Amino acid sequence: MEATYLGIIIKAVIILAIISAIAGFGTYIERKVLAFMQRRLGPMHVGPYGLLQLIADGIKLFTKEDFIPQDANRLIFMLAPVITAATAFIALSAVPVFPDFTLFGVYVPSVASDINIGILFILGMMAAGLYGPLLAGMSQRNKWGLLGAARTAAQFISYEVVTGLSLLAPIMVVGSLSLIDFNTYNESHPWMLFTQPLAFILFVIAGFAETNRTPFDLLEHEAEVVAGYATEYSGMRWGMFFIGEYANMITISVLASIIFLGGYTDWGFIPGWLAIILKITFMFFLMLWVRASWPHVRPDQLMWLSWKILMPLAVINVLITGIAIMV
Amino acid sequence: MSLEQFKNRNVGVQHYRMLDLDPTPQTGWGRFKRVVRRSLSLELLVGLKVTMREMIKALFFGQMHTTKYPFEKLPIGPRYRAIHEMKRLLESGHYRCIGCGLCEKICPADAIRMDTGYGEDQRKEVQEYTINFGRCIFCGYCAEVCPELAIVHGGRYETASEQRASFSLFDDMLTPIDQLKQQREFPGYGAVSPNADANIKKTPLAY
Repeated sequence: MEATYLGIIIKAVIILAIISAIAGFGTYIERKVLAFMQRRLGPMHVGPYGLLQLIADGIKLFTKEDFIPQDANRLIFMLAPVITAATAFIALSAVPVFPDFTLFGVYVPSVASDINIGILFILGMMAAGLYGPLLAGMSQRNKWGLLGAARTAAQFISYEVVTGLSLLAPIMVVGSLSLIDFNTYNESHPWMLFTQPLAFILFVIAGFAETNRTPFDLLEHEAEVVAGYATEYSGMRWGMFFIGEYANMITISVLASIIFLGGYTDWGFIPGWLAIILKITFMFFLMLWVRASWPHVRPDQLMWLSWKILMPLAVINVLITGIAIMV
Repeated sequence: MSLEQFKNRNVGVQHYRMLDLDPTPQTGWGRFKRVVRRSLSLELLVGLKVTMREMIKALFFGQMHTTKYPFEKLPIGPRYRAIHEMKRLLESGHYRCIGCGLCEKICPADAIRMDTGYGEDQRKEVQEYTINFGRCIFCGYCAEVCPELAIVHGGRYETASEQRASFSLFDDMLTPIDQLKQQREFPGYGAVSPNADANIKKTPLAY
């Protein structure tokens, strides 16, 4: 079944709209969950249970002054948030979320573009997302921004290695780079979580680092570098960084769900579409849970963890998987 | 009584528990072993357990800490030292202040200002009484020195206002005459003694 061009455009628009909305809603969920874990109430006053808080925040972001520092490189300064948001959404285009379904007699594959190198494309796009914070920090003529950019480069490049190597073992097992194939593999095999537990842990750790989540949120660590690369940003430009970050969180959650947690195959009596929503929700919740629980690491500990612990472990994992496949 | 027990500032109960920490490893192999031990003992999961436990407590066992402040207020002590109140005599409803000027005299911040003079009935009356709350340090001396229990500190601690004068006039601090029944007094230094009624004697008018 070939996907029509119209279908692709419709799906792209839907992904953009829904993920933007979920990213906005994610901020609300994050504030609520963090508040509950600290035995607070969180946002309560705008709308019932503070549900309209994200609309209030959106209005605030849109109406804020769009400020560009005097000595900043204007073009790059304006372009950088777009890179972050765009790469985050482009990466989502190759991510299948739901099983294929039939709508009004038309067969609809759920992924916007089923390219046969899906994982590589997603990882590449998230790697290209590095340019957002990097250029933002370098263009704004601000020492905190520059420090944030330096940390961005160090952190993202280091942890891309771990992400790639940790995913290599599952790719070897499945023998394909397409996420659709990963899902079909899950139909006949146990979850990759149980056959590749080390790869799962490494991928989650590296995913936290790549999406700039605690305990690795050193790029905009307030106590050290004010707001890092986002120091001089305000209003909707800052909001685009935020949306990109949350879209990346969703991408990582979906990837972990599909590769390691069984994807959208039926799970007992739970239908596939509901199963994957539960899995994604859990992964998203895990990010908030960890943020509420654990302290930051230092930048040197971050590098130490990446190059001395995670990367060797990932290589060993690949080696063992290779030997197991050969034997 | 020796001076030593006053010098001991460690008030409270000391139930310290010493942590059983291993010495910091000096060799590379020791550090490696420590990393492995800490990673495999899954200490990080304990942190996750704690936050989850707190969340369950807050959500399902009613242990949320938040007070929605402008709508809910925490109770304060009855002798809290906030904005002053001028009291009235319970029987007649007349203000208690006799214009002695002690509070004006003792005020270390020089915040109180009063004018007294003869009233229409040729008795001393307080004509003007203001407290400058820009200067007041809420030390409580005025309430302590007042012989008539006329000026006390109240519980109005929300002192944000568009004008200082919103608080500082005598009539604003005076108990409203229709709320005389709700005027409350508290035991302690400077208050009416508990057996005040029994101590009342007839004024000896016959010389």
